[in-house]
Amino acid sequence: MIYLQLFWIFFKIGLFTIGGGYAMIPMMEEEIIAQGWMSETELVNFIAISESTPGPFAINVATFVGATVPENALLGAAVSTLGMVLPSFIIIMIIAKLFANYSKNKNVKIVLGGIHPVIVALILSVAMVLLYNNTSISTTTFDLNWPYFLILGIVVLLKVFVKKISPIFLIIISAGLGMIIYSII
Amino acid sequence: MVEKSKSKIKVLLKLFLTFFKIGLFTFGGGYAMIPLIHKEVVEKNNWINNEELLDIIAVAESTPGPVAVNSATFVGYKLGKIYGAILSTLGVVLPSFIIIFIISFFYEQFMQIELVGYAFNGITAAVTVLIGSAAFKLSKSLRKDWFSAIVFSLALIVSILNKVEIIDFSPIYTILIGAVVGFIYYNFIRKGVDFA
Repeated sequence: MIYLQLFWIFFKIGLFTIGGGYAMIPMMEEEIIAQGWMSETELVNFIAISESTPGPFAINVATFVGATVPENALLGAAVSTLGMVLPSFIIIMIIAKLFANYSKNKNVKIVLGGIHPVIVALILSVAMVLLYNNTSISTTTFDLNWPYFLILGIVVLLKVFVKKISPIFLIIISAGLGMIIYSII
Repeated sequence: MVEKSKSKIKVLLKLFLTFFKIGLFTFGGGYAMIPLIHKEVVEKNNWINNEELLDIIAVAESTPGPVAVNSATFVGYKLGKIYGAILSTLGVVLPSFIIIFIISFFYEQFMQIELVGYAFNGITAAVTVLIGSAAFKLSKSLRKDWFSAIVFSLALIVSILNKVEIIDFSPIYTILIGAVVGFIYYNFIRKGVDFA
């Protein structure tokens, strides 16, 4: 049965990919391309789609592959997405329950004291690498991506001068600016 | 009793709507969600504080599954136990489910819309600033000592080198090393730090 098969394969992918997102690509290639559900080119194209639509990449791929079931696209998409979400859902529920009991423990607090600086560093590194990767429009020669820096500057100014500005508002504004500026050049 | 269950339903509904909003406006996956979670969950609703958000990201990053979904499940469970977890997770997944489901029927055409790419280029600039500023806000809750500063700097270097593929070192190992050195430092080298 195709629905069970979809559920099971995405359950496996969801269970064995720590760190989420792109860490899943090798396993997806193995499972999804081997099944003939998607070609290599389709998967690469889909990564591009997934980057310009909201939501986590992993969930998007599961939904997309599930929707290719000809008989019932909605059911296919639903079981695939459920399969993908379920492993982490169960694991996080267990951890959250344990965490509620042990978060006051001194040793747990000490360990978290060592982890917190690492997490802040991980978050900052994402921003720094985004900045680095978008410096140039072309990947082969250096061609300053000035619209990126212009929009970045506008967002910084808005963030500094408009108190309590919503991130959602900034995302919408920058999407509009991107459409205008990149269309003109 | 009736009052109590009424306010509980209100919290559950709010959890669902908040995570739906977060799911709808997160482009570029995982870490792009952190600024939104920080705004909605920490600043606006006070459901958790900065330290707890860092705990959740640590757990989400070192367990299977997307960081975004894991964070939603964790926050949902903390506020509304199992129903909270279900509704938050459903909320965060639903927007992308609906959008991708629709796109899957005409994705060849979707790929050819240049404006979508332009909009995303613009969003990337905003996301850079938002993630940077979330890191800055969260850094305020760090312990102000040499240990934190050194661990932070080393983790930042390792993480950047890993992301630009100069070295291959999964974030989960960086987190584990942080845990071990933290345990050794505060237990044996600098004893008596107040962890209340």
